[in-house]
Amino acid sequence: VTAPDITPTYYLILASILFTIGGVGLLVRKNTLVMFMCIELMLNAANLTFVAYAKALNDISGQVIVFFTLVVAAAEVAVGLAIIVAIFRRRQDVTADDVDLLKG
Amino acid sequence: MDAFIFFICAIAALAGAFGVILARNPVHSALFLLLTLVTMAVFFLMQNAQLVAIIQIVVYASAIVVLFLFVITLLGVDQQESLAEPRRFQRPLAVAFGILLFAQIIAITGNHWATGAHSSAGPLDEPRTGNVQAVARSLFTDYIWAFEITAVLLVIAVVGGVVLARRSGQRAGEPVLEESNA
Repeated sequence: VTAPDITPTYYLILASILFTIGGVGLLVRKNTLVMFMCIELMLNAANLTFVAYAKALNDISGQVIVFFTLVVAAAEVAVGLAIIVAIFRRRQDVTADDVDLLKG
Repeated sequence: MDAFIFFICAIAALAGAFGVILARNPVHSALFLLLTLVTMAVFFLMQNAQLVAIIQIVVYASAIVVLFLFVITLLGVDQQESLAEPRRFQRPLAVAFGILLFAQIIAITGNHWATGAHSSAGPLDEPRTGNVQAVARSLFTDYIWAFEITAVLLVIAVVGGVVLARRSGQRAGEPVLEESNA
């Protein structure tokens, strides 16, 4: 058995699976911290897609965009975790089901 | 050899991703996330993205995961959590939507391929100096405006994080008032 060539398609399929897992986790989990981690997972799947296309098209801008995505993810984590800390201070819990003040 | 590394790392990445959403303990979720992020850096290295791979390790795998672990331990929510779901249709619906999402992504990327003109940013490698210089040249010429904006974004995020994390309307030394959970 000869090993297959790893084409960009392999990376794209892997990225789409990871993105889906992240999305399902976001819907299933109730702990806001774990939901946040699922968002990170989805962001990383998108990054993998960018890098795969940068390689496939021999174009550096895919990698530059990954750089910007990392910056945005860092900012998002800083603000998001601060929001979670603020919610915890108020409600002593980080479960998404309990934060339903906006429910009609 | 490439195929060998790819499949080993792909299995590790998928195991990490499943671990994130299946682990009962948030600390375990964070560590599984770390596994996925590190294998992602390996994928970046395999695709000629050396700079991005190192940034992935330094920023994501170190800074962000450590920040997650700090917040988990700070809030003391590191105990086992019940995965019981009070809403009956939440789980099957979530899985169904996940399958739908996956089918959509495959349908889109399977039937189309990116074509058209390349960006003006240039090829993946500079002739003699390699990938890092190629990213830097593109970042500091074509994308200089976006790069400056990220500085503003980071400042706003840091200020916002500090404002949110300190108790609102309270100065140091004041007694803590119990807030009602109406």
